[in-house]
Amino acid sequence: MKNDKVQETREQATGESVERMRERPVYTPRTDIYETEDAVVLVADMPGVDEKSIEVTLERNTLTITGRTQDVVPEGYRRAYAEFDRGDYQRSFALSAHADPNGIQASMKDGVLRVSVPKAKPALKKIPVISGT
Amino acid sequence: MVWNAFMRGTVADPMRELEYLHRQMDRLFAGPYALAASEYPPIDLWTSADGIQLRAQLPGVSASDIDLSVVGDTVTLKGERQDSRGVADDAYHRREREVGKWVRTIQLPFPVESNAVHARFRHGMLEVELPRAASDKPKKIAIKNA
Repeated sequence: MKNDKVQETREQATGESVERMRERPVYTPRTDIYETEDAVVLVADMPGVDEKSIEVTLERNTLTITGRTQDVVPEGYRRAYAEFDRGDYQRSFALSAHADPNGIQASMKDGVLRVSVPKAKPALKKIPVISGT
Repeated sequence: MVWNAFMRGTVADPMRELEYLHRQMDRLFAGPYALAASEYPPIDLWTSADGIQLRAQLPGVSASDIDLSVVGDTVTLKGERQDSRGVADDAYHRREREVGKWVRTIQLPFPVESNAVHARFRHGMLEVELPRAASDKPKKIAIKNA
């Protein structure tokens, strides 16, 4: 399988205005976003992250996903070759005004995070029209 | 180093040379770990006197979809990553995760004891324990006093 974009993912997440306390690289997880009839679904690759080390937060209309990995150094081994480095994952998304913040659901399986953001039902309000005099 | 190749007139294929240059530049900017990340899945290797531990990042693949085989000193990983089910192409706003079949072959510096290979898969990471074949291990020869 061709994979031209790998380099892109290895790059560290930039544009962060908050300095992190953990001294390790942060990667931008590759993400698919698709729309269903009643929700927008985010699918993010975070290999090595389990459901306990994932955080999904919503601040105003910014949805942030953060995944932390654990360094597992096999005893008696030393790293001889690497195409990926240990690090955490973080990425933020701006939700549209039509998102329903109360119904967001997230699940984690095989290192893939799935966040479902339901679309808000348009609040239809009928304005009574009275006859002018 | 690239210039040297040009100067010496040893450049056979200019495109290849450009690719090489590109790779070198990538390496320069990507830091010490991004060696050759053009193949899928990305791996890392840990060595000890007794063998190698291989890890591969395979998010979104289930253990049953990974085909691992070891012959001599060659490890082959094969599998497929499926698309999100039932999503039409035009429903995507953004599509960065690659899907499809992949295969990767890694040659190790020693033959592997294929009966003793252990592999486990969790949270999208594959870990394979590849012990060095006993026949390949250095033997200590006792030297007797004559």
